[in-house]
Amino acid sequence: MFENMDSANLKFVGKEADRPDLVEKLTGEATFVSDMILPGMLYAQLKKSPHARAKIKKIDTGKAAKMPGVRAILTGEELDIHIGLYIVDKYILAKGEVRHYGEAVAAVAADSPEEARAAADAIEVDYELLPPVLHHMDALKPDAPLVHPELGKYSYVKAAFSPQPGTNIANITKIRKGDIEKGFEESAYIVEREYSCPSVQHVPMETHVAIAQWGFGDKVNIWTSAQSPFTVRNLFCMAFGLSHNQVRVQIPYVGGGFGGKAGIGVEPLCAVLSKKAGGRPVKFQASREEEFSLLPCRCALNYRIKTGVSEEGKILAQKMEMFWDSGAYADYAVNVTRASGYSASGPYEIPNATVDAYTIYTNKPYGTAYRGFGHVEFHWAIERHMELVATAIGLDPLLFRLKNALRPGSKTLTGETILPSTGNVVKCIEEAARRIHYGELTKEEKEREARTGWKIGKGVGALQKAPAMPSFTATAVVLKMNENGTVIANLALTDYGQGTYTSLRQIIAERLGFPLEKVKIAFESDTDRDPYDWQTVASKGLFLSGNAAILAAEDLLEKAYAVAAEILRANPRDLAHDGDRIYLKHKPEEGVSFASIAIGYAFPNGNGIGGPLIGVGRYIAQGLSNLDKESGQGHPAVDWTYGAHGMVVEVNEESGEYHVLHVVSVYDVGKAINPDMVRGQAIGGMMQGLGTAICEGYIYDKDGHLLNPNFTDNKIPTAKDLPMKVECAVVETPQIDGPYGARGVAEHSMISVAAALGNAVQKATGAEITHMPIRFEDVWRALQDKEPIDNWITKSPIGSCRSAPEMRPGIIRNKG
Amino acid sequence: MRVKLVVNGQNYERDCPEHKTLLKFIREDLGLAGTKEGCGMGECGACTIIMNGRAVNSCMVLAVEADGANIQTIEGEASGASLSDIQKAFEKHHAVQCGFCTPGMVMSVKELLSDNPKPSEAQIKEAIEGNFCRCTGYTQIIEAVQDLTGGKEKGGLDRV
Repeated sequence: MFENMDSANLKFVGKEADRPDLVEKLTGEATFVSDMILPGMLYAQLKKSPHARAKIKKIDTGKAAKMPGVRAILTGEELDIHIGLYIVDKYILAKGEVRHYGEAVAAVAADSPEEARAAADAIEVDYELLPPVLHHMDALKPDAPLVHPELGKYSYVKAAFSPQPGTNIANITKIRKGDIEKGFEESAYIVEREYSCPSVQHVPMETHVAIAQWGFGDKVNIWTSAQSPFTVRNLFCMAFGLSHNQVRVQIPYVGGGFGGKAGIGVEPLCAVLSKKAGGRPVKFQASREEEFSLLPCRCALNYRIKTGVSEEGKILAQKMEMFWDSGAYADYAVNVTRASGYSASGPYEIPNATVDAYTIYTNKPYGTAYRGFGHVEFHWAIERHMELVATAIGLDPLLFRLKNALRPGSKTLTGETILPSTGNVVKCIEEAARRIHYGELTKEEKEREARTGWKIGKGVGALQKAPAMPSFTATAVVLKMNENGTVIANLALTDYGQGTYTSLRQIIAERLGFPLEKVKIAFESDTDRDPYDWQTVASKGLFLSGNAAILAAEDLLEKAYAVAAEILRANPRDLAHDGDRIYLKHKPEEGVSFASIAIGYAFPNGNGIGGPLIGVGRYIAQGLSNLDKESGQGHPAVDWTYGAHGMVVEVNEESGEYHVLHVVSVYDVGKAINPDMVRGQAIGGMMQGLGTAICEGYIYDKDGHLLNPNFTDNKIPTAKDLPMKVECAVVETPQIDGPYGARGVAEHSMISVAAALGNAVQKATGAEITHMPIRFEDVWRALQDKEPIDNWITKSPIGSCRSAPEMRPGIIRNKG
Repeated sequence: MRVKLVVNGQNYERDCPEHKTLLKFIREDLGLAGTKEGCGMGECGACTIIMNGRAVNSCMVLAVEADGANIQTIEGEASGASLSDIQKAFEKHHAVQCGFCTPGMVMSVKELLSDNPKPSEAQIKEAIEGNFCRCTGYTQIIEAVQDLTGGKEKGGLDRV
């Protein structure tokens, strides 16, 4: 919508604008669920499993029940409620068996957090240890223990997923395009390798927290630090068999989410405790350790890629096998697998391709959505692979990328044709390369190398992502005019810092022709007040809600014009308006103010017409279809955002240490509605991507105990980890159906950062790294031509070992 | 134990158990919830306040240790209806996203600038190293401080 409007005609879109939430956040006034205290509120604490897999033989709550302040105790035996997003496979509290370290087995609500803690500690659980299955590749073996022997009995979303009862496979996504046998047959080179990455934690600064009150008549009120109020409500109602008008979910300010708060979390736990405690509100806030082990993480991945390339460097065939570690529950992991499956090749055209993507249960904390929804992990593989294939066949990696990049007319893995308006990945790659002076060292860089003795290398990594969402994903915006002619927008898309509300405010002001100050977006979300929105995920917010906001503004104006036309005795087509009034085009002095019609107009004699002015805009994704379960063909993408990073590193070849000197990130955003918001997303995501690239990852011992659930042993980037120079830029190829031509950019900035780093390190030193994160010791080992250390499951807390046999890298000269 | 202290220029006196942290005392007993808890283990800096002129992790201080102390929290940063210069710079540079680390971040910057009105980029990074921010990637925060101290203009987004 309005995708080709000349910037000169735009007042707010594409320009700077204040963030409406900043003053509250800067003064400490902003209220998060963490800060909320309700009258009569109780505090919950949990008894958690110290084992990765064990039978629960007995839970003794007798001692705990007698402790001071205790108002309710629950164990899994008292509850028979399964919860799940796509596969309904999880109990609120473990029942019969614990499936991962840190899983909740019993809960206490008490007058104070300290009393609840003491009582939870006093609960005694008798376990019978069972052998856990920890590595997802081991979980595929025929004799592997089953994490969910009951898999065949769970309900699941049949249109999209294919669980395999009797195995640990929660889903398989398949893509079949062209004739892969023929493609390999015709290839001059075939390169096959495997890449991997561990689970990581989202680390929202505010841990998961909710308050629930289960009132009389089964009326449930929930306040939660979550991304998607309607998903919390819907899954909650489905789990408890309640009507949607019995449950109200409210979301105030949220201290970060990154996908970890996309679905349902600790809300059901608070609700069942509240019910047991006679309806008093119950608050549970995860400790930082619980955030790592009780709550979900990002899935680990092993990705095998076999690529056939022509003599000229065109990819002719690619066989892709993804093995996703979902941990103990499927949650979003099955959809990560699906979305990664249809995007598996990255932004390249592969004429003959197969993808087999598996979601695999293991006895570890469960995997979920994390910024990028699988794309960070598999782009690590695909963009390292592009580098390694190019190097193996003697082509420059940048050239190899450009030769195979998607262009108008290219067909994606699912058979979608790329249009000129889809976006321009070639331009993103070229711009990133140009800005880092790819392929050469500048004079300063040469001098630096000579001075330090460290080798400088440069690499690029390209990326693509479409929103992973149901084909019929919908949203709505309601725009209400206040008595003085200002407006308030209600929507259930949440803004927990991304800046979407700032951009939506600009879009609404632009379309209404009102000054920004007259437009307010209500920050707290409320399922009783706001119109439906599916979820705040997938970088789809600006696209879908932006379009709904435009439609709401148009609806409001149309209704206002109808009233004004009646008052002015004019045809609505002869009317125009500014920020204050509607007037006759041919006689501007004759008009009515918005304020005078905002809640209904009163003629001088007292007769009223109109009524409160409310604009409604509804938007649903259009033209999308389910993927065929055997071929994967279909139309899953409402838009594709392309991008590329350029990275410059210097590496000490003796020690493996490195510094990131320069990062450039370029995205085709269609239209930067607010350049500062884009920059915030670009840099913030790049830094989060750098965290997973350089240091983050879960480490377990051989029994499945998580060894590093804290910031001392699982570091995240600080200000001192910033690259020396950070740049970002946008390409603006308007999206025909995007609001003012915009498409989303939020997850994208995290994708391919690790791969660009790996590529730059390889360029500098020749180190072939296939596992991320890239720690200094990994670089050193690669430089010694030693196998990478996979210490993500260690034999002992201090030692390390290879956890699963991995395929040795292989390059085959196919012909000639 | 009886704890007497001054917070944001106001006198407070409360009974407090010996094991209570200053963070919980400020949030729960004094009702000043602007200061946040991110980890409770002194690792993330979300709970940073200024105690007797020094930025400290309030989750690592017992409330009884703060008896007699002069404390500033985020609630004392603006004066009346006017944001402080640090707050204004953060607002201008969009140095805030989710906002959960912001109160602690502002306190760390305040301590830095009270000691060193013209910090270098390295000194700014050093000063906020103990404050985790998962959203912004720190750049806009550093730019805000640099702008405030006369170092740098607002960062931009290039259109190509």
